[in-house]
Amino acid sequence: MKKKLSVLVIVLFVCTIALSTLGCTPAKKDLEPGSNGEIILATTTSTQDSGLLEVILPDFEAQTGIAVKVVAVGTGKAMEMGKAGEADVLLVHARSQEDQFIADGYGVERFDVMYNDFVVMGPKEDPAKIKTTAAADAAKAFTAIAAVPSTFVSRDDKSGTNTKELAIWKAANITPAGDWYIKTGTGMGETLTVTNEKLGYTLADRATYANMKDTMANLEIVCEGDEMLSNPYGVIAVSPTINDQINAEGAQAFVDWIISPETQELIGSYEINGDPLFTPNAAQK
Amino acid sequence: MDYILNGFVEAFRLIFSFDPEIIQIVFLSLFVSFSSTIYGALIGVPFGILLGINNFKGKKMVSRFLYTFMSFPPVIIGLFTALFLARSGPFGQFQLMYTSTAMIIAQTILVTPVIMGIVFNHASTSGYEVVQTGKTLGAQRWNILILLVLELKGVIMIALVTGFGRAISEVGAVMIVGGNIRGFTRVMTTFIAMNNNMGQYSVSIAMGLILMTISFITNSILYHFIIGDQNEYRD
Repeated sequence: MKKKLSVLVIVLFVCTIALSTLGCTPAKKDLEPGSNGEIILATTTSTQDSGLLEVILPDFEAQTGIAVKVVAVGTGKAMEMGKAGEADVLLVHARSQEDQFIADGYGVERFDVMYNDFVVMGPKEDPAKIKTTAAADAAKAFTAIAAVPSTFVSRDDKSGTNTKELAIWKAANITPAGDWYIKTGTGMGETLTVTNEKLGYTLADRATYANMKDTMANLEIVCEGDEMLSNPYGVIAVSPTINDQINAEGAQAFVDWIISPETQELIGSYEINGDPLFTPNAAQK
Repeated sequence: MDYILNGFVEAFRLIFSFDPEIIQIVFLSLFVSFSSTIYGALIGVPFGILLGINNFKGKKMVSRFLYTFMSFPPVIIGLFTALFLARSGPFGQFQLMYTSTAMIIAQTILVTPVIMGIVFNHASTSGYEVVQTGKTLGAQRWNILILLVLELKGVIMIALVTGFGRAISEVGAVMIVGGNIRGFTRVMTTFIAMNNNMGQYSVSIAMGLILMTISFITNSILYHFIIGDQNEYRD
């Protein structure tokens, strides 16, 4: 029996060593320091959850040989990662924060990439009667929600969507607080799930909603089309002066690629269930 | 209620479709958690035995710290590891953030106290006798250590299984230091968390079933050896 045990121990060790060597081969790719091998793209959960990046990124990787590591976080966190130099390039959607980021010297330059729009989601019963009274007026819709008051689920995570939501509350001249105002502190998908369970209202980007429509049985769009609900995405290469590990060339290659006419066409052609999700709008040189 | 049933149906379809992405995620999870358990054992077993069999001042304090670290929240370990590995952190130049190596480091920190604590506990209670018996029989220092490992092998196995279980099932640490990057650092638990966020319950259930199956297999293999040994003693 003791022999059996030593055999097991030996087998375990051989397995680990074998696994380590096997594991090292792919792992090596993510270890090459400072080379052109890869870039870290900090982006919003909406671009990942919508499925867009999975469709367009293979094209970039094939063209440049640069692997893209997508870290999907809220826009606020993505900006913080840029400021600390933890990411090489940002694809985000909070225009005011982006301009501030450039003004503070953290980014090289901001370029338009694409836009879609936000929608106000609500329960089918629509207790705040938004569908009939404020179907295309976000501020008015928010006023109606606060007046009932009806449950509103806020992401409260400094993301682009959260920034927009707070701007709408400000436009409506309301400081949301109370039992009806739920703060999840999580991404769009999770917040939509909570909204669906709580039969509340929330602000969502159209891409994530379209991707999750099937699981959102209790919700529907109650307000859309307001100019205030536009949702522009920008790309920013992080300033290489922040630290010496930023892959500036790779980041620039990514910026050049995403605003190129070919990629813009690719973005425009991406659709879910026949609905295009993003409208490309990069200024062509 | 339908979606729960549909989830399970979809889950089995997904498991038997042998999707290469799913397979890659499963293997990465196993690789990361298995490696960290081995590293955790290399540190935890010798130190656990040494601390356990020796009596010294402050031993009670050491045990209290050890038991506290056994229940340290993975997110906190992830957070601290991330602060050290980030580009702006002290080990930034190694570019380890968002790699499988970072996940192994974090999980090793997580499982080492678990393995060390269990070994320490048993070495304290039954190790002393082994040492005395060994000395009576005229064993050298080195022989005593071998004797201890052999006597405690059942406990060491249980420590490994517990450590591995803690590593493969945690999501907090690997989510922070790994970032759930597709093709690089996406493991079973972060995959489940992400799909749950996106409301895709069926894939979450599928991965959950795979995770439980793997835990069951690992435990069966290891317990087979331990219980096999015990049967031998009964004969």
